[in-house]
Amino acid sequence: MFYREAGQFKTSYKADQALMPILQDRVGLLVILAVAFVVIPVFANDFFLTSIMIPFLVFSLAAIGLNVLTGFCGQLSLGTGAFMGVGAYAAYKLTSIFPDANVILMVLLSGVFSAAIGAVFGLPSLRIKGLYLAVTTLAAQFFLEWCFIRIPWLYNYNASGAIEIPHREAFGVVVSGAEATPIVRYFIVLGITALIAYLMANVLRGRIGRSWMMIRDMDIAAELMGIRPLQTKLMAFAVSSYICGVAGAMMVFFWLNAAEPSSYSISLSFQILFMVILGGLGSLSGAFMGAAFIWILPVFLKFIPGTIGINVAAETVEHITFMVVGALIIFFLIVEPHGFARLWQIAKQKLRVWPFPY
Amino acid sequence: MNAFATDMTAAPDGVSETAHREELLRVDNVSLSFGGVKAITDISFDILKGEIRAIIGPNGAGKTSMLNVINGFYHPQEGTITWRGKERRKMKPYEAASQGIARTFQNVALFKGMTTLDNIMSGRSLKMHRSFFWQVIWRGPAEREEIEHRRKVEDIIDFLEIQAIRKTPVGRLPYGLQKRVELGRALAMEPDLLLLDEPMAGMNLEEKEDMSRFILDVNQEFGTTIALIEHDMGVVMDLSDRVVVLDYGKKIADGPPEEVQANQNVIDAYLGVSH
Repeated sequence: MFYREAGQFKTSYKADQALMPILQDRVGLLVILAVAFVVIPVFANDFFLTSIMIPFLVFSLAAIGLNVLTGFCGQLSLGTGAFMGVGAYAAYKLTSIFPDANVILMVLLSGVFSAAIGAVFGLPSLRIKGLYLAVTTLAAQFFLEWCFIRIPWLYNYNASGAIEIPHREAFGVVVSGAEATPIVRYFIVLGITALIAYLMANVLRGRIGRSWMMIRDMDIAAELMGIRPLQTKLMAFAVSSYICGVAGAMMVFFWLNAAEPSSYSISLSFQILFMVILGGLGSLSGAFMGAAFIWILPVFLKFIPGTIGINVAAETVEHITFMVVGALIIFFLIVEPHGFARLWQIAKQKLRVWPFPY
Repeated sequence: MNAFATDMTAAPDGVSETAHREELLRVDNVSLSFGGVKAITDISFDILKGEIRAIIGPNGAGKTSMLNVINGFYHPQEGTITWRGKERRKMKPYEAASQGIARTFQNVALFKGMTTLDNIMSGRSLKMHRSFFWQVIWRGPAEREEIEHRRKVEDIIDFLEIQAIRKTPVGRLPYGLQKRVELGRALAMEPDLLLLDEPMAGMNLEEKEDMSRFILDVNQEFGTTIALIEHDMGVVMDLSDRVVVLDYGKKIADGPPEEVQANQNVIDAYLGVSH
């Protein structure tokens, strides 16, 4: 009833192939953006920003990156954590070498390094498919992690083996280091994530996005229609790794302040992969929903016992949270294997025909 | 849209017409084997510009292998392929596609996760050139290019009468429509040579009639040369200008439909012969 495109006629192809051809969707997006850019900064406290919103956005961006590769181009990767690490270490080295340069620029630039490395590790994808490719990306994960530990130059010969983010200012405001305020960090992370999400939406609806999906759906037919598999796959690896690299750099610069090689371990790869699978392969909005489910839900669950007055030990709450989230993951995968994005589509379809079943 | 009817009467004199037509593709002494299995043995034939050329034969005769050789998916061990007067030895599918060879598949090979519109748009991939940079920005050149190609694609959608399923993911379409979308995708490449691998397999009579009409219209309106593999003899005899018959990887007959129909070798291959 409220979600119906009846009466919204398109008179040009331009209007028909807009990102959101339906008015209600556009309004919805504006509301979300208004909440993100105005309501949250005004009302949220520091805890909400640092522990929920910033990591959520960082993970969303990483999930978008992996979704480009796995969801849109069909190449399974377990090296996400390492590619994020490359971004983090590259940004750290860049800002060490050029201390006066704008650190936001350095973060965006760091993705170029992870893109290059991602493309190199994408080379086997021409010959190897599916789970076997996942194993070769696993090699990337272990090799790069080894590099983060064994090459002291990467962490400036720091005795602790970790990278510690220095104090940096941009446009006269402290943006990184311990003194940076959560609100500034939040705006930077939000800005970069929203920008990259928008730009990727553009890429995905055009020729390049289609060529990725062609490779994903039927690589032989794609080849016979003039898609060059190697170039197309390598491009997907590069773009995906770029986004993951930027996400990894944001993770340490605007959220953690310091990172060890173990921050970018295989468990991070899996975490991002679960976000993508739960959110919906091949969906940008799914990346956000998946990240919200995996990151925000456990945080909220931890508060439930306290707010309803049950007094339980912190460890018990932790364990219960694990169990509940695990059970919910199984539940949602049974209900809809194609993820939250598909559930949302089904819900929209139901709204469209409401009050009739079809 | 009564091209179907007119061509039926025009078919007989199509034979004399082909005599002075220009040669588009020639296959000379091509042999292809997989290990010890000889799929194609010493086959030669030609395809003239603007004709409908049928390739028929019993199962396992090497028809699909022949198409795969033509569009560069298989590389024959022996023999040459001459495309538009230029001999080529090894050709990648990408090159074949960019030089104007399009095809459909025996088992529908659509991009299942994409809509009908996107599937047909994907046929225009080779004709779209805006770089990643412009794609990212979208506004301006990339959007204009997309709209320009969308127009062409909409023409094909109109031609195939599939307007209603434009935004439907192809995985949800019935088989007959999927075949039609696949034809549309191949047409979007604006090919000079269209290879159709059993375009009517598994269709009912009405769907076959529709498909036949589309094939004839493509041939006559767009002037596209068509090479087609088909098992329905009625369709083959009505549609094609010339027929080449394969059996066990060898060519056993080549000529206009009625001639092939009367050929003793062909009858033996299809009906079997008592030794």
